[in-house]
Amino acid sequence: MSESSGRFKPGDRVRVRAEDRPGHIRTPFYIRGKSGWVERVYGEFLNPESLAYGRDGLPKRPLYLVGFRQAEVWEKYETAPKDKLYIDIYEHWLEPA
Amino acid sequence: MSVDPSAKQNETTQEHGHPHPKHELSYHAKRIYAIRELLLEKGVVTREDIQAQIDYQEARSPANGARLVARAWVDPKFKARLLADPKAACAEMGIDATSLNEFVVLENSEKVRHMVVCTLCSCYPRPILGRPPDWYKSFNYRARAVNDPRGVMREFGQELGADIEVRVHDSTADIRYLVLPLRPPGTEGMSGEELAKLVTRDSMIGVVDALPALPGSRKNA
Repeated sequence: MSESSGRFKPGDRVRVRAEDRPGHIRTPFYIRGKSGWVERVYGEFLNPESLAYGRDGLPKRPLYLVGFRQAEVWEKYETAPKDKLYIDIYEHWLEPA
Repeated sequence: MSVDPSAKQNETTQEHGHPHPKHELSYHAKRIYAIRELLLEKGVVTREDIQAQIDYQEARSPANGARLVARAWVDPKFKARLLADPKAACAEMGIDATSLNEFVVLENSEKVRHMVVCTLCSCYPRPILGRPPDWYKSFNYRARAVNDPRGVMREFGQELGADIEVRVHDSTADIRYLVLPLRPPGTEGMSGEELAKLVTRDSMIGVVDALPALPGSRKNA
């Protein structure tokens, strides 16, 4: 699967897919549809959405540390404009922004 | 097999000579005992295996993390290795972190504080910090750590100025995070062992800083 090649680099702007589907999903609901940047590329890991159901977790999925500005995630975030939120997100949940 | 673990439990409590308060086992506790008995009966595990696993679980505690942090405070080369390759640095200190898929250490500074949460469940660096406290697994912490981290810190007794950047890590996947807190002022000259006492579990989750220097422990004060 071509998605496993690691298509994003540190600094790339990304948006979290706003999908809603059942299953063992490791992308928190609150961050879906929000935009941030790739902070770090962690490498490839077995896919938990497959592992959770006793399958082999293959193909492995690239995992990224994605940064978000708190003020852009929450409407009523306390006035501290530099505060950030970092989340580990698998590539198939990200799209270029 | 014994399908009435509660009866067995009560029987056991009488054996060592003094009474224990009787309490009903919950549905889940009964189920666990039933599964345990089945596994033993079918020879999947032995009683020794179970005890060894209990001992292993109990041996892991925040003392491991405190040793890592205290050494990083006094040994800049170790700190560099801890940040660059945390699992290797753990091995150096005799701490077995091999069960962690990936382990990342987040260094606090005067300008930046890190705080760790798992909003989806209770992901936590167990080999380094032991089992997570109940509050770490509570819905309240999991929800508010991401949208009101400064409010959470305030409840732990720490007020941060707006000039300090708060970075919350939502540990959602294969990475486990440990916060390397700032070395408290006034601790110059303290030994690694003394310093480790200032490194609390909560300071390594990042909801507060490490404890201030203990009174009377300052050598040059």
